[in-house]
Amino acid sequence: MKARFLMMLVIVGALLSLVSGAVVAQDETVTGDLEVFSWWTSGGEAAALDALFAAMNASYPNVNIVNATVAGGGGSAARPVLQTRLAGGDPPDSWQVHPGWELFGQYVEPGYVAPVNDIYESEGWNDVVPEQLREMMSRDGNIYLVLAGVHRGNGFWYNKKVLDEQGITLGEALSVDEFFAIADQLQAADITPLCVGDSGIWATAQLLENTLLGVLGPEGYRGLWDGSVSFNSDEVKAAIAVYGRMLDYQNSDHSALSWDQAVDALMEGRCVFNSMGDWAYGEFVAAGKEDNVDFGWVSHPGSEGSFMVVADGFPMAAGAPNPAAAAGWLKAIGSVEAQEAFNPLKGSICARTDCNRESFGPYHNWAMDSFGSGELVATVVHGTAAPADFQQAMNDAVTLFVVDRDVDALAAALAEAAVSAGFASE
Amino acid sequence: MENTRASSASAALAAAPRRKRGTPVEQRQSFLFLLPSLIAILIFVYGFISVTFYISLSNWRSAAPNWTLHTPLFEIYADLFSNTRFQIDLRNTVVFTLLFITMAVLLGLSLAIIIDYNRRWFAIPFFRNTFLFPYALSFIVTGVAWRWIFNPETGINLFFNILGINNLLAAQGMPPLKPGWTTDPSVVLSINNALSAVIPAAADWRVQLGIPVAIIPVAIAATWQLSGFVMAMYLGGMTTISMELREAARIDGATEWQIYRYIIIPSLAPVTISVIVILLHVSFKIFDLVFAMTGTGPAFATDMPSIFIFEQMFKGNKYNLGTAASIVMLILVALIIIPYLRSQRRGEDS
Repeated sequence: MKARFLMMLVIVGALLSLVSGAVVAQDETVTGDLEVFSWWTSGGEAAALDALFAAMNASYPNVNIVNATVAGGGGSAARPVLQTRLAGGDPPDSWQVHPGWELFGQYVEPGYVAPVNDIYESEGWNDVVPEQLREMMSRDGNIYLVLAGVHRGNGFWYNKKVLDEQGITLGEALSVDEFFAIADQLQAADITPLCVGDSGIWATAQLLENTLLGVLGPEGYRGLWDGSVSFNSDEVKAAIAVYGRMLDYQNSDHSALSWDQAVDALMEGRCVFNSMGDWAYGEFVAAGKEDNVDFGWVSHPGSEGSFMVVADGFPMAAGAPNPAAAAGWLKAIGSVEAQEAFNPLKGSICARTDCNRESFGPYHNWAMDSFGSGELVATVVHGTAAPADFQQAMNDAVTLFVVDRDVDALAAALAEAAVSAGFASE
Repeated sequence: MENTRASSASAALAAAPRRKRGTPVEQRQSFLFLLPSLIAILIFVYGFISVTFYISLSNWRSAAPNWTLHTPLFEIYADLFSNTRFQIDLRNTVVFTLLFITMAVLLGLSLAIIIDYNRRWFAIPFFRNTFLFPYALSFIVTGVAWRWIFNPETGINLFFNILGINNLLAAQGMPPLKPGWTTDPSVVLSINNALSAVIPAAADWRVQLGIPVAIIPVAIAATWQLSGFVMAMYLGGMTTISMELREAARIDGATEWQIYRYIIIPSLAPVTISVIVILLHVSFKIFDLVFAMTGTGPAFATDMPSIFIFEQMFKGNKYNLGTAASIVMLILVALIIIPYLRSQRRGEDS
């Protein structure tokens, strides 16, 4: 009897969830303005943001969305505006943030954002958002961010046609040694193996970050950011040496190119491999290249089984002008419907594990597998794993390393910056 | 231009009370009239300089302000000067200043002499304005345009192909001529080894004391923009030299070259000093041109203190380090400007 009753409950519950999944619940009681602040203004980004607004309109038809967009590369123009408004006590309801230190250092510590634990509980997100991801947004048991999508940072893209011509086929994964063997073979054929565009230094810093992950493994890589692995240790120096060896294979005009021009160089066959997050995938699609015909991908050498998280999220402002609408906004962007609409446009995958795979292409299905089963680790280049002052010190040290290749000096500079940033002891 | 206006205005202010001190009532009135701007300057210039200096001694190193003083007190400055990037920036400032001012003054003076010498053939206003036009452009525009010009793949290097120089070299079995320009990280004429005879540690310094190759195109761009201004200053100075003086020299049998060498150029010395001071502070504070043209450059070859300050403060949130660098920049500019202003004052008093 009891078992049958439970069975009934399960069935009713399943039916209810089906219904709520099919028909978006509308809440007409929430009214007023909702101000969302972002710097997504370029084509694909703006379209993706509109998809989130559409999801918001569908659930809360009586809320008027104010899109407070400030144009300017990577938020360099928007962030000072936002900072001024927050410091002046005139916050927008919600804005665009990367998880981790960018969230904690810029917004949680000064008290500009409010915890959203109740939304995670009421929406049941604790079951669908991976724990390793939630940890990147949580401090002292409070969670402060709702993610709209996740990029995978440790991609290793290649020009498949050039490799085919050289008779090289890659397997599911690429080890560091295999990469160097292929690189030597390519160089012998007078082909530049590695594409780098470091006119914005973060692109080569990302190559270092991916190499640290590939050589140290996810445990060792995480240890860098909690202080348990020292940047002065032999294994980190070995990883930096691998990074330096990879730079020996890069294009000579690297410092004149931006990251996307390096992807262009890859497509044109001027060089073969490029270590970049999957926003590079958008460049291939925009150029009309075909998956697994013109270009292919593996994880950055040695980093298969790990997923470098570069995520986009929105917090709730502390003292938001319209808290009901802000809560509605977060519920809307965290929903399956919104994420399935947003992510194909943004070129990322859902920040939850229950999205419909059919709305995504072959690359993103591959990334979803990695997201569901892999170790999730935090990017430092995009502000998650370490505070901004460490990030700046790392960029400075890498700028020098690219030219003088002094492994000990880079390790020492990173170690010193980690102490100064407060996440490692002397 | 603004600076010349400002300095002449301040000169006029300084001169005013000397001519006519006025009655006590007038004096009080003039003080009252000055008071609002005095208060504004006290707050917005000297007050903010003091706050900046205070922050440079504080622990403020994150997005949230931290007003506690750092102990030991001046350690931030020690950190700053031991920072390899800042050392490179100081070297770059010196090298850029020397290159840029030498080129701008020589080119500006030459243009002025050519125009002055050919005053009968050339339409003076036309050429004066043509050479002055770059000065009206924003540094950002100049920076972007010159970045394209010095791009190693698509810029002036293509001329080496078009003009057949590279074919000629290939025929000789030599590699093609393809300078990296702003992407070249090398430092030439390094004096580290020579210095190490005096200071043994110099051999191990990470900063190479020499001329970073990548900074030369930046100095060329800055020269292109400002040599017209230098020319205009010199042309202005030349109009004050009386025709009688030139005629007298000619009657004494001086050649045109001798007139320029021994009469005109020496009488332009005060103009040269003004030009150098104005260019010096442009050079010390330069930001937009470099930022648009090369950014920090390979291994910081074109990095400048102003870019250092911008990145440490607004990207790295290291407010104490950034403000310390600003104070150092302020002192460097003051070292140039204050003696200049004092010498100007002395000239007026005598």
